[in-house]
Amino acid sequence: MSSERSTDLAPQMKPGNIAALPETRRVVALRHPGRWASAVVVIGFLLWFANVLVTTEAFEWDVVSSYLFNPLVLNGVLQTLEMTAIVLVIGMVAGTIIAIMRLSPNVVLHSVAHFYQWFFRGTPPLVQLIFWFNLASVFPRFELTLFDHTFFSISTNTIMTPFVSALLGLGLPLSAYYSEIVRAGILAVDEGQWEAASAYALTPFQTLRHIVLPQAMRVIIPPTGNEAIGTLKFTSLATIVSFTELLHTVSTIYNTNFQTIPLLIVAALWYLFLTSVLSIGQYFLEQRFAKGSKRAVKQPLISKFWSNVLGQVKTA
Amino acid sequence: MTVMVSADRIRKSYGRLPVLNGVSLEIKAGEVCCLLGPSGAGKSTFLRCVNHLESVDGGQLIVDGEIIGYRERAGKLFEMRGQDIARQRASIGMVFQHFNLYPHMTAEQNVSLAQVAVHKKGKAEARFRSRELLERVGLGSKAGKYPRQLSGGEQQRVAIARALAISPKLILFDEPTSALDPELVGEVLETIRAVAAEGITMMVVTHEIGFAREVADRVVFMDGGVVVEQGPPSQVLDAPAHPRTRAFLERVL
Ligand SMILES: Nc1ncnc2c1ncn2[C@@H]1O[C@H](COP(=O)(O)OP(=O)(O)OP(=O)(O)O)[C@@H](O)[C@H]1O
Ligand SMILES: [Mg+2]
Repeated sequence: MSSERSTDLAPQMKPGNIAALPETRRVVALRHPGRWASAVVVIGFLLWFANVLVTTEAFEWDVVSSYLFNPLVLNGVLQTLEMTAIVLVIGMVAGTIIAIMRLSPNVVLHSVAHFYQWFFRGTPPLVQLIFWFNLASVFPRFELTLFDHTFFSISTNTIMTPFVSALLGLGLPLSAYYSEIVRAGILAVDEGQWEAASAYALTPFQTLRHIVLPQAMRVIIPPTGNEAIGTLKFTSLATIVSFTELLHTVSTIYNTNFQTIPLLIVAALWYLFLTSVLSIGQYFLEQRFAKGSKRAVKQPLISKFWSNVLGQVKTA
Repeated sequence: MTVMVSADRIRKSYGRLPVLNGVSLEIKAGEVCCLLGPSGAGKSTFLRCVNHLESVDGGQLIVDGEIIGYRERAGKLFEMRGQDIARQRASIGMVFQHFNLYPHMTAEQNVSLAQVAVHKKGKAEARFRSRELLERVGLGSKAGKYPRQLSGGEQQRVAIARALAISPKLILFDEPTSALDPELVGEVLETIRAVAAEGITMMVVTHEIGFAREVADRVVFMDGGVVVEQGPPSQVLDAPAHPRTRAFLERVL
């Protein structure tokens, strides 16, 4: 069996060249019968599931497709996106500041940051959101008065719109979570980096900006992707204060036409689409910050799929 | 010749562990000073006091006529603010045992960063000088490589270029070759030797006795947080006066 393959040997490996070299043998890869069996079971399950999806009348796919690009729904998608973006910016900026405060040697800064994390992580976003929306019952007006002169006075309800209370209710707890992510990222950077930076007279701010944060990013980005996806889904909480994001929009529609399930499917499809787009974004960010690292970032299947789709759209 | 570094009875402890027990030392401008001594002697700690990476508990350190890290007022020493310390550090280069290059930057960016961020040079000018310095340490072709794509010896040479880039009046080396594979030690010592030949004042903590004998103008032997013996290499290395120096040299040679 092995002798018939000896002609494949590279010239220097020919038996004549080096004496007593072992002959090559045919290799047989390990077989995986278990994989085949489980694949068959899973495929069978998927077929059954697809059948259920198509044949169950209550899903009403025609209603789903007629509402998928309805202008009201599209507006809801837009509002959801806008809120996600602003909440993420609030969460990331405030979170980074809180993280840096927690790492500060200043006891006051450190303790304030710790308290902030404790409070905003420890209370449910939904409770905070409703609280902000009802702030007017605590402070009816915002006023700045000095020496009997009122600089401005504004009704709390004018400020605390559904949009703003949702931004605060989602953004502040996110910043508390996010600060821990950033702190972990900063702590993961080798101490020698701080040492080199201060030996070369960089200010603490320059050190963070040029040296520590770019390296911390590698640790920060994967959980940031999670938080972005979580935030996108959590915007649906804003429906409680009647902010017209995606869920609120579809629920307004199904409250009049009673097509509850198909409209929830419409919302779910949009959420799935948007979260998939976010995970592609994550992949590109990870690549950008992998500079100088040996470990290449593997493109996840779902983002491969979407970037192929996007690539085809671009070339078309 | 003017005095570049003058240490006067420097004391320092970590908690209750005394590490420096009155180190006194004088290094003239342009001198190469090699610090030798057993592990735990306080060599690294002393070196880190010279650019105030560590604060001192007593004594005073003067570099180029300025007290490092402290300001004298009414007979007392007050610790300086960060920006004043930074100004003093801006003319002192440092080369670390583990290189401490910035891993997310190319060799050239590593050398450029302080020039731009601290010394306020233009980007193009900094890049030009970085190329020139990388050329000088024999890495002209590796300017675009990230630290992880370089060998240990090459990384340390980049670190030396980074130190030269700030046009320092003093460079501190803390065991620059201890983390290197034996066959890479030579190229780094060769680079340091070339820098020394240009007349920059250097303090080098090293275990390379041969290098010290050849390059040093002054060899300082430390043990137990004090300077036990110092002088030209021919004296300290070949005819040590102190039994502790003799014992140490016997062990390492
Ligand atoms: N940050 C620190 N905290 C507490 N103790 C320290 C610290 N740094 C150093 N030490 C202690 O101070 C003593 C002197 O350390 P130092 O690093 O200066 O020695 P060294 O002469 O450089 O030795 P080596 O040749 O091993 O590098 C050692 O006993 C060490 O354990
Ligand atoms: Mg040391």
